Amino acid sequence: MAKKEMSFEDAMKRLDEIVKGLEKGDVTLKDSMAMFEEGTALIRRCSEMLDSAEQQVVRLKKGPDGAPTELPFDAEEP
Amino acid sequence: MSAPDLQNGSAMEKNVYTVSDLNQIIKGLLDGVPELQSVCVQGELSNYKVYPSGHHYFTLKDAQSAIRCVMFRSSAEKLRFLPENGMDVTAMGRVTVYPRDGAYQLYVSALNPQGMGDLYVAFEQLKKKLEAIGLFDPAHKKPLPAFPKTIAVITSEAGAAVRDIIRVTGKRWPMAKIVILPVRVQGVEAPGEIVEALRYANAWKVADLIITGRGGGSIEDLWAFNDERVARAIYQSEIPVISAVGHEPDVTIADYVADLRAATPSNGAELAVPDSDELRAALGGLSLRCDHALRKHLETSRAALRDLASRRVMQSPMGYLDLKRMEVDMQRSRLLSVQERRVAAARHGFVRVSASMDALSPLKVLGRGYAIASRSDGQTVRGVKDAAPGDRIALTLRDGRLDCIVDEREENSDGEKGNEL
Repeated sequence: MAKKEMSFEDAMKRLDEIVKGLEKGDVTLKDSMAMFEEGTALIRRCSEMLDSAEQQVVRLKKGPDGAPTELPFDAEEP
Repeated sequence: MSAPDLQNGSAMEKNVYTVSDLNQIIKGLLDGVPELQSVCVQGELSNYKVYPSGHHYFTLKDAQSAIRCVMFRSSAEKLRFLPENGMDVTAMGRVTVYPRDGAYQLYVSALNPQGMGDLYVAFEQLKKKLEAIGLFDPAHKKPLPAFPKTIAVITSEAGAAVRDIIRVTGKRWPMAKIVILPVRVQGVEAPGEIVEALRYANAWKVADLIITGRGGGSIEDLWAFNDERVARAIYQSEIPVISAVGHEPDVTIADYVADLRAATPSNGAELAVPDSDELRAALGGLSLRCDHALRKHLETSRAALRDLASRRVMQSPMGYLDLKRMEVDMQRSRLLSVQERRVAAARHGFVRVSASMDALSPLKVLGRGYAIASRSDGQTVRGVKDAAPGDRIALTLRDGRLDCIVDEREENSDGEKGNEL
């Protein structure tokens, strides 16, 4: 699985699986070590996503062919 | 006096009117009363009929009396609720005669439900209707995405609502992109524009969540969100919709249909996205749970190991070895004792043998007074033949030696019978 492409939601889902799996404890110690490492990496990745996000705001306009085109939106008080 | 007059033909002729004239005279009379030109009448609606022409006909009555009423299409179109039989209303209008029927009636220009506003009644009526056809069915409500990627905001781009939504989502969850579909949110055009934006957002799948709403205002200002078309468009939206209209106490039809009702636009934004700070805390919690679970797993494994190790053999391998060594020692000592006994016996035998050997020692013999004679060449003189007269021989005694010269030799008669000790 290409972790780079993983969305925040997918990462959280996988994390949930990992934590539940770890807590259930029915995997081998070796597997649980691997899961732990994957979980730790996902937590780090999610934290980075949270910290690096910047809000994007656009105004949608119907283009000539009907498809939406994005225009800048000034969010400042008019 | 008047009776004979009535019998008078010419007098009668003088007073004969056409029906039309008479009705006109009566109409004139009524129209001349200022109070009747603008009157408010309270009563109960009955026999309400809407004609294809668009005019509404009904009767207004109380316990004792009734009056026929008409509401022309131009006025009826402004009605914001649906008048129903039995409803207590206040009608405003003027009283005049309908000459064709010779009937006076109330020409109603406005009708209001009694005790409450017409919009309130309209609201209740639409609510009842849409509820009956299942538009508010909780089973139809779609779950909201836990982490929306794009949020379509359908509202006025000039109002405070859009800015509140941008500010709150930006603070809580900047990962979500905000796309604004500007619409008018009040006035006759508003419902159509809102419907169009909802359909457009769905047709082009511009977002995975929609917030539609506006800031606070009067019930009239918020009316677009009580429009049946808007309600249906929200219901038909495949993208989940949060309605965020007005202030906390304002509830609109849109609120009932939407997948989630927010009290205000800011609240809509709060409900739309998770809070980054909470997520950070949650991630911390997950991290702890991972640690804890792994530690527990290790602990369990260790416990299992300890359990195995607690078996006698494993618990103290050195002890086991000691035990085995002890057994070996015991065997060895048993062996040894056998050996020792053997050795002891051997030693005992040796002592005995050596004792007898001692008894046989020549020195012991000498001790008893015997002597050993030996020649100068060292040979023991064992018989008389070993030395001749004149030979020098040495006599070894218990405590020394005597050098002697043989004088003579005398051989015993029994010859070789000499004992060897």
